[in-house]
Amino acid sequence: MTVKDNFFKGFIKENPLLVSVLGLCPALAVTTKIENAIGMGFAVLFVLVLSNLLVSLVTFRPKLRELVMPVRIPVYIVLIASLVVIVEMLMKAFLPELFQSLGLFIPLIVVNCIIFGRAEAYAGDHKPGESVIDGAGMAIGFTLAIILISLIREVLGAGQITIWKSAVLDLSFLFDFLGIEPIAMFMKPEGAFITLGFILAAVAAIQNRVNAKKNAKKAEGGAK
Amino acid sequence: MSGQSLLVIAFTAFFIQNVLLTQFLGVCSFIGVGKKRSSSLGMGLAVLVVIVLASVVTFAIYNYVMYPLHLEFMRTIVFILVIASLVQMIETIIKKFSPALYKALGIYLPLITTNCAVLGVALTNINEGFTFGEMLVYSTATALGYLFVMYIYAIIRERVSLSPVPKAFRDIPIAMIIAAILAMIFSRFGGLI
Repeated sequence: MTVKDNFFKGFIKENPLLVSVLGLCPALAVTTKIENAIGMGFAVLFVLVLSNLLVSLVTFRPKLRELVMPVRIPVYIVLIASLVVIVEMLMKAFLPELFQSLGLFIPLIVVNCIIFGRAEAYAGDHKPGESVIDGAGMAIGFTLAIILISLIREVLGAGQITIWKSAVLDLSFLFDFLGIEPIAMFMKPEGAFITLGFILAAVAAIQNRVNAKKNAKKAEGGAK
Repeated sequence: MSGQSLLVIAFTAFFIQNVLLTQFLGVCSFIGVGKKRSSSLGMGLAVLVVIVLASVVTFAIYNYVMYPLHLEFMRTIVFILVIASLVQMIETIIKKFSPALYKALGIYLPLITTNCAVLGVALTNINEGFTFGEMLVYSTATALGYLFVMYIYAIIRERVSLSPVPKAFRDIPIAMIIAAILAMIFSRFGGLI
């Protein structure tokens, strides 16, 4: 696998949220505003890149690997939790408003399955450089996916797009034009489940089509 | 939420602020395990025990060790370690005393460590500044709410798995839509208070 493939696989082909369906809790909870999704994405990017780096560093050398492997789960937990505490403190100090609105979900990055999953599935038996690229790609893929969810929810639910703090794009004219109110349901929990459900269905439909095409090609190739 | 009567705390945690449907804690296990009634019940009971025990232990550690020593910032690390070792301990105890139950719970026990609901409740207890009694009621009600919703959800999904669902919606997407409908129902309980 080339470096480019390794980086971009997390975007679409192995997207941690949309294809592997990991990390649902933050994807559902913080996606009421694009601003929140971006903040969450950066926090996950920071933690995932560094945790992949640290995990692959402690399992890279054979001698250290022998020592770490039997107790790897507690070791990974401590590494990830320390990184999350760093993010928590940095965010509290420099972005207090964002920290308030993300609330519980910053410390809960510790138990985000994506981070643990990448440590276990990838960083544990790859070189540090590769692991960092994998982590960055996966985190950006996750961020793009939660930005997509919050885009749908915020546009439909509040009629606006909050990119960062005061950079708000007002789309209420669209609703005025249609003569309806924004659909408040999309800002509520049920809206989160419905949005993610439809996005996952769309992904499944695309996957089905791609697979059907592949099979058709294979059948054609077989006939020739 | 602090300072309210225990009944209000229990009702809010069980219905209105349901841990799965409005706080989105533990949704991973919800979607993954809630396919069958038996497994959802096993997972729900195991989570109940772990949430209550973890809440009591983390509450004690925070208020009697970490707060006096000004180590509040370490709570995420300490809490996750407490939860992990607690889960390990419960696993060992169940394995020793009730092999049948151990077999029934199987893979769900170690999975509880990474269940957001456990860490989430432990952190909420601290953030809300609960007293010991409030903490106990809140964590028990939350865990019972988890068990209750998980079980209802598994019943619905068992039925849905037999019905003709559009191909793209099969499995997880339809599970999300079911969760959305359940969330709508549960959020309306707010009108009762």
